[in-house]
Amino acid sequence: MNNISLPIIFLVLAVVVLVFGFGVVWLNRRKPAAPVVQRATPITKTAVVEEVAAEEVVAVVEKASVRDRLSKARSAFGGAVTSVLTRSEISDTTWDELEEALLRADVGVRVAQELMQPLRARVKSKEIVSPRQLIDALRQDMSAHLVSTDRDLRFDATIEGPNIWLMVGVNGAGKTTSIGKISAQQTALGRTVMMAAGDTFRAAAGEQLATWAERSGAEIIRGAEGGDPSSVIFDAVQAANARNIDLVLADTAGRLQSNTNLMEELRKVRRVAEKGAGTVTEVLLVIDATTGQNGLSQARVFAEATQVTGIVLTKLDGSAKGGIVFAIETELGIPIKLVGLGETITDLVAFNPIEFVDALF
Amino acid sequence: MFDSLGDRLGGVFKRLRAKGRLTEADVNEMLGEIRTALLEADVNIGVVRNVVERIRVQAIGTKVAEALDPGQQIIKIVNAELVAMLGGETLKIAYASQPPTVVLMAGLQGSGKTTSAAKLAAWFKAQGRNPMLVGADLQRPAAVEQLKVLGAQINVPVFSAPGDPVATAAAGLAEAKRIGRDVLIVDTAGRLAIDAEMMQQVSDISAAVKPDYTFLVVDAMTGQDAVTVAKAFDETLSISAVILSKLDGDARGGAALSVKEVIGKPIAFAATGEKMDAFEQFHPDRMASRILGMGDVLTLIEQAEKVFEKEQAEAAAAKMFEGEFTLDDFLDQLQQIKKMGSLTNVMGMLPGVTKEMKNAQISDDMLTVTEAIIYSMTTEERRKPEIINGSRRTRIAKGSGTQVSDVNKLVKQFSEMQKMMKRMGGMAGKGGKKGGPMAGIPADLAAALGSRPGSR
Repeated sequence: MNNISLPIIFLVLAVVVLVFGFGVVWLNRRKPAAPVVQRATPITKTAVVEEVAAEEVVAVVEKASVRDRLSKARSAFGGAVTSVLTRSEISDTTWDELEEALLRADVGVRVAQELMQPLRARVKSKEIVSPRQLIDALRQDMSAHLVSTDRDLRFDATIEGPNIWLMVGVNGAGKTTSIGKISAQQTALGRTVMMAAGDTFRAAAGEQLATWAERSGAEIIRGAEGGDPSSVIFDAVQAANARNIDLVLADTAGRLQSNTNLMEELRKVRRVAEKGAGTVTEVLLVIDATTGQNGLSQARVFAEATQVTGIVLTKLDGSAKGGIVFAIETELGIPIKLVGLGETITDLVAFNPIEFVDALF
Repeated sequence: MFDSLGDRLGGVFKRLRAKGRLTEADVNEMLGEIRTALLEADVNIGVVRNVVERIRVQAIGTKVAEALDPGQQIIKIVNAELVAMLGGETLKIAYASQPPTVVLMAGLQGSGKTTSAAKLAAWFKAQGRNPMLVGADLQRPAAVEQLKVLGAQINVPVFSAPGDPVATAAAGLAEAKRIGRDVLIVDTAGRLAIDAEMMQQVSDISAAVKPDYTFLVVDAMTGQDAVTVAKAFDETLSISAVILSKLDGDARGGAALSVKEVIGKPIAFAATGEKMDAFEQFHPDRMASRILGMGDVLTLIEQAEKVFEKEQAEAAAAKMFEGEFTLDDFLDQLQQIKKMGSLTNVMGMLPGVTKEMKNAQISDDMLTVTEAIIYSMTTEERRKPEIINGSRRTRIAKGSGTQVSDVNKLVKQFSEMQKMMKRMGGMAGKGGKKGGPMAGIPADLAAALGSRPGSR
């Protein structure tokens, strides 16, 4: 097979290399200094942006603490830094253990090294002497990196027509479930909600969303299975506008970011959503806490396609730590907004950097 | 996004060649790079430690520095080690003497159980079996609906009853016996490994249907937590094998290696696309190259073979090596490549492609522009691009809606490619024993092809 296929590979290689060689030049000229990821700020009319203090939302329902929820997971699997703390001084082993703790939380090799470098300097200068101080300093540094002031869900009451919150993400991340929970919280705040069943691909995704609509007292617009997601969402926005509904929660089909055609479809969904009466005020990227380093690629590509405004980190009640979102927020500047801690409707809470960092170790 | 192991080791070996021998510090630096590459591929840190240790032993035993290309030598060692770890016994389905053969699906929420259950049913069908699906996920809204729709698509009956998942599974088994289906696939709700209650439930389901095979569905994008999950499920259910889902993405899939190493169970299947037939038996050798970021040459070959007319492609390649490749031929091949999917995807599978190119973030619009320029040329111009002079250039640029400099660039790149290919063709022809037909091939490609056990 080698000898037959080799020429074909050559051919592909040659053609692709040529197109790319040409393409790089072409693109560079067309888009001078096009940043790969832009921080999106879709709200232009900032007159009175009513911010949904998510803490308030939780107060309406039930206070679920990240720390409480995670204690189960932590007692079972946590304690990666306990051995660091049992030592009386900071040695090479300490650094290895510290790095391991960070890596086990899926923070990533590069970020882990970036976090440890300044600490090494501080240990060298004797500013930090005990393992306890070291861990505390690391925690402080990490929380200090998560300083986004943009963690509240953006609802703009001044705009004409409904606010649109679009949910995007890879398959199985938890988009539909998150919509259900957000819907419950928003209706509890007294807002009227319309769901748009934009996942026309996965079998029975519409049914799943309809169940959540019923549970949370929201309305829902569904399209035909296999239909055009853009038009379903457009219709939902128009219907919401006609019925004076405040908020449209638009579901989309899960897609892997490497699938160019599906990402193109999503780009269109984002574009068409605003063709009607509403304004997209949030694009939430849903990321599963078990996701490893691929999460960074997810965030980069989805942000480029749909101007993601925030991250929803789901399934953090398991043994996974979700450390990749630390890299996503610090490297791409996309704020983490919500955290999913369980299966019931109240288990979606505001992201708290300090609790998150504490739970990483 | 991440550097391939080849790129990583490149720097180390450049310095090495200047020195000519391998010090202990060199070995350590090299192992450090291997460690980082594996960690970026989401291989579990504990597993990484073991692999790196094993590679250290082998690397010291081999006279790496004396080899022609020590970098390739090391990559070969690493690759072989990963293949050995991922491979081993493959899962052969032994059908129960008393049908039905029962298969239980388990995993975390969103790992892809329901879709995989249906794909597995389609696979069994293709093996000439008569599968039946049982929807025992009564937790997630509309999960049973989803299974029913998928079942209808692949023409496989789906059984479910509301109420208790354990009772539903048991009733499903009875139903399969009643209607004489010989394979029963039980889909269960997603659950966290630390949820004792839910783990008890799936254990009860298992006790009720006594599965011949229990498959754990693992998302290829899973990070470090994969081993914790696999261990917990294996302890509760005694897993037979793993199904790796969502492998069509750009995740390196280190979870596969971690899970295999920690629970010692084979990876039986991999799900590689949205369609019901995008489900295949697992290939350890491909996974190894993928984890190392070396490009998935075999998948590329398969895809290429699907879309390219073999004889036509060989003729085109021959032309190319002889320097007779025209822009028309180029256009033809461009059309073929378009059928293989997005450019970025194809790029990702190509070994030896520099990371600058991979990171270039070029959309498929490039193809359209390239095509437009060539379409705006006359037949003669396509055959002999050297005749394209100033006025022709202006015409072509106008015709394709581009700039004169774009046309220039394309023509120049094309002639450079022609020259390069001619050179490579010459090398391949005269390579003789030493280089053989592999000479001139990007090093990674040679390694990937050469390291396959028993190249077909």
